[in-house]
Amino acid sequence: MTPLLEIKDISKAFFGIKAVKDVSLTVNKGEALGLIGQNGAGKSTLMNLIGGVVQASSGTMTMNGAAYDPRSPSDAYKAGIAFIHQELNLFTNLTIAENIFIEAFPSRGVGPFKFIDRATMRQQTQTALQSVGLDLSPDMHVDRISPGERQLVEIAKALHQDASLIIFDEPTTSLTARETERLFALIQQLREQGKAIIYISHILNDVLKLSDSIAVMRDGVLVGHDATSKFDVNRMITLMVGHSIETLYPPRTAVPSRDPLLELKGVSAKGIVEDIHLTLHKGETLGLFGLMGSGRTELARILFGLDSSERGEVVINGTQLNGKSPRSSIRNQMAFVTENRREEGLLMNINIADNIALVSLPAFAQSVTQVVDQRRLVRDTQSAAGALQLKSGLITEQPAKSLSGGNQQKVVIAKWLLSRPTVFIMDEPTRGIDVGAKYEIYSIIDQLAATGSGILFISSELEELMGMCDRILVMSRGEIVGEFTREQFNQEAILRAAFREKAQTA
Amino acid sequence: MSIRDERLNTPLVGQQAAPNAPQPLSARFGFIRRLLLSDYFVLYLTLIFFIIASIFFQTLSLPSNIANQLQNMWPLLAAAIGQTFVLILGGIDLSIGATMGITSVVGAIVMAEKLDPAFFDKSPLWGSLMTEAGGILHGQESAVLVGVLVMLAVGTLIGFLNGYAITRFNMAPFMVTLVTSTFFSAFALWLTQSRNISGLPEAFVNLGKGDILSVYPGPKLTSEIARRDILPLITYPLVIAGGLGIAAQFLLSRTVFGRQMYSIGTNRRASTISGLPSRRVITLVYMFSGFCAAVASVLYSARLAIGQPSLGGGNLLLDIIGAAVIGGTSLFGGKGTVRGTFFGVAFFVLLLNILNAMRLSPFIIDAVKGGIILIAALLDITRTRLANREVRA
Repeated sequence: MTPLLEIKDISKAFFGIKAVKDVSLTVNKGEALGLIGQNGAGKSTLMNLIGGVVQASSGTMTMNGAAYDPRSPSDAYKAGIAFIHQELNLFTNLTIAENIFIEAFPSRGVGPFKFIDRATMRQQTQTALQSVGLDLSPDMHVDRISPGERQLVEIAKALHQDASLIIFDEPTTSLTARETERLFALIQQLREQGKAIIYISHILNDVLKLSDSIAVMRDGVLVGHDATSKFDVNRMITLMVGHSIETLYPPRTAVPSRDPLLELKGVSAKGIVEDIHLTLHKGETLGLFGLMGSGRTELARILFGLDSSERGEVVINGTQLNGKSPRSSIRNQMAFVTENRREEGLLMNINIADNIALVSLPAFAQSVTQVVDQRRLVRDTQSAAGALQLKSGLITEQPAKSLSGGNQQKVVIAKWLLSRPTVFIMDEPTRGIDVGAKYEIYSIIDQLAATGSGILFISSELEELMGMCDRILVMSRGEIVGEFTREQFNQEAILRAAFREKAQTA
Repeated sequence: MSIRDERLNTPLVGQQAAPNAPQPLSARFGFIRRLLLSDYFVLYLTLIFFIIASIFFQTLSLPSNIANQLQNMWPLLAAAIGQTFVLILGGIDLSIGATMGITSVVGAIVMAEKLDPAFFDKSPLWGSLMTEAGGILHGQESAVLVGVLVMLAVGTLIGFLNGYAITRFNMAPFMVTLVTSTFFSAFALWLTQSRNISGLPEAFVNLGKGDILSVYPGPKLTSEIARRDILPLITYPLVIAGGLGIAAQFLLSRTVFGRQMYSIGTNRRASTISGLPSRRVITLVYMFSGFCAAVASVLYSARLAIGQPSLGGGNLLLDIIGAAVIGGTSLFGGKGTVRGTFFGVAFFVLLLNILNAMRLSPFIIDAVKGGIILIAALLDITRTRLANREVRA
């Protein structure tokens, strides 16, 4: 039997760095392939190659035995490949029916007088929605339906296109438990109909449950591909990281003291955070864990003066913070590594040196004329970059956007280091960076704590908090619902706290 | 460290990336690429354009024409500098023309030495600030100085209104400056009942025309040299607009303020989080734009020797934006230099000169101008792409 999709020795390089190296892989009809790997392992690039978003540097693909060389996403669409992205790609201002038919509207009429055939559109949409078990009107605007329903609409769209291969990229991140169940049942059903599935996820148990075979990628290379029955979670992790888990985190050298550095007393903002009390000590790495929407990022933004609060005090180094702006927070030696580097951390088109100098630019200027001392700026930014082992070309020439995720994050950290802060708020500092760079970021965090800074480490990855923090606070629905010291660290207990109400964890 | 990505172990800091395999294509076009990427690209283009055009139209290279064209440049440059600043922030200032009109009128109301009642007796200011004897300070020694200062102050104030509305109420710059533009151009027309105010003091008119240093290129045959044979070399407009340009370029490239402008224009959110005083910088830049418009107004009004309510009307605003864009300023913010804008203005003035020399109909001229701006914008996209590829290589 010819495989549905066959990939042979495919490679793709960006900026001279290979993101995918000589990967060969086959997917058969009715097969569900689970694809796993760390962030930056090359999964997305591989999928973008299949989806025609990027073109391969070398290697070939065949679909149903015929050569397949997609130049654009529409080539992939024509070949029967549907891509269901992590961030859904529906037009929220259009109706469900319009979204499903966006590639080719059915029309009616003669010659140049063609009109969209709404009746046909509605009717066929109804059929497509029924096939995914969704009971919605085809005329419903997409912005009025839930993320889970949108996902199903995307699948309905794929079915309508008669796709033979459906790729799911982290489909469950924004779904509720019930919606996830529904999705899994549907995927099972699709397989029985002979559709091939590629399922990408970080939730390893889901992959085990759903797939027939599992492919593991690391550093752009396919490091394992076998029947699912031959895998368990341990083997999957070992293959993904290439090491045993203990070495994911650097040894902690920092010892937290008892001197409070930052204190929050009853900070509240209606509907966002409620009566937050916390103390961060010198040399301490304090984890802040919570699920999406628990208020962890919102708390950080309030703390840094980006958003306003209604009640409560913030005391830093013994002085009460009055001004509510990033400027006054920075003056009080605070630093904020935001969760999205691209939008809030970096000036992507601007060179590395100017990015690093951004916060402390006035310090590089002659006080009266405000003329920037460029030589001192280059020297100091260079040494900050060197201290963090930034891998880059000329820092005065290379724009921040050309760096890898990990190095971009180092630029953000270097930027704050120059302003000599004592309190670091780090919101998802390792999101979207590869495992080696993660280790380096962890080491930097440890060094910062060792020099007496306090770090508020916000993350949705519980494992890294357990690996790096002295203490973990758990947030849920805007409140702190649990506190765990290092000795009490227990994945299950912390997760239970994050999911449940206050009463059950106290 | 026990885990390291093998990629990360390759030291790149301070090292040149290994040279790529020879690329015959890029080698062949290396010269063109270097030319395209040069900061002086528009200047070269202007010079080449000028040389070719002057073969066909000899009048172009006459010293008197060159001097005349340079005189056309300075007021446009002054206004374009302000617009460049605003564009670097990712904003736009549509009120430049209206600011020029209202400041021109206000200056004339301060300075005018006589006013014709037949024209102005319907003006709301007639009898109070405007009389038959002239403007507020008519005949007084300080009139010109005060008049110019009032003009600059009014321009800066309009800029402040723009900046305040944009930063405090988060209104779109396009909207805000469109409103101030409409309001102040109407206000200028109302004050003057749509009449030009003539009779400005000689000292003021000198600012627009006066030479500091002149040359006479011909042989000295008679003891008297005709005025038209003397070519102005250094003029007040050159000193004023040139000085403004140099100061602006210095501010932009060397000071904290200038750096912060580029940062805010590139990513305002990241800049604010990094503690930059975004609102203050934005407000100050709009004030500077208003100030520059007022300087342009001083130069134009003095040159025309009138206070003209419609001074900045017509296509002037688009010429200013066009000149900035040709000079490499991005409408998306974060990119642009005063030097580039200077070249852009020179290019624009030369272009108009050539089109006039070709005796094209004014209707065609605008169409050609539009085409040239389009080509310049396309070239800029090509330049950006090339520059990006340069970084990757």
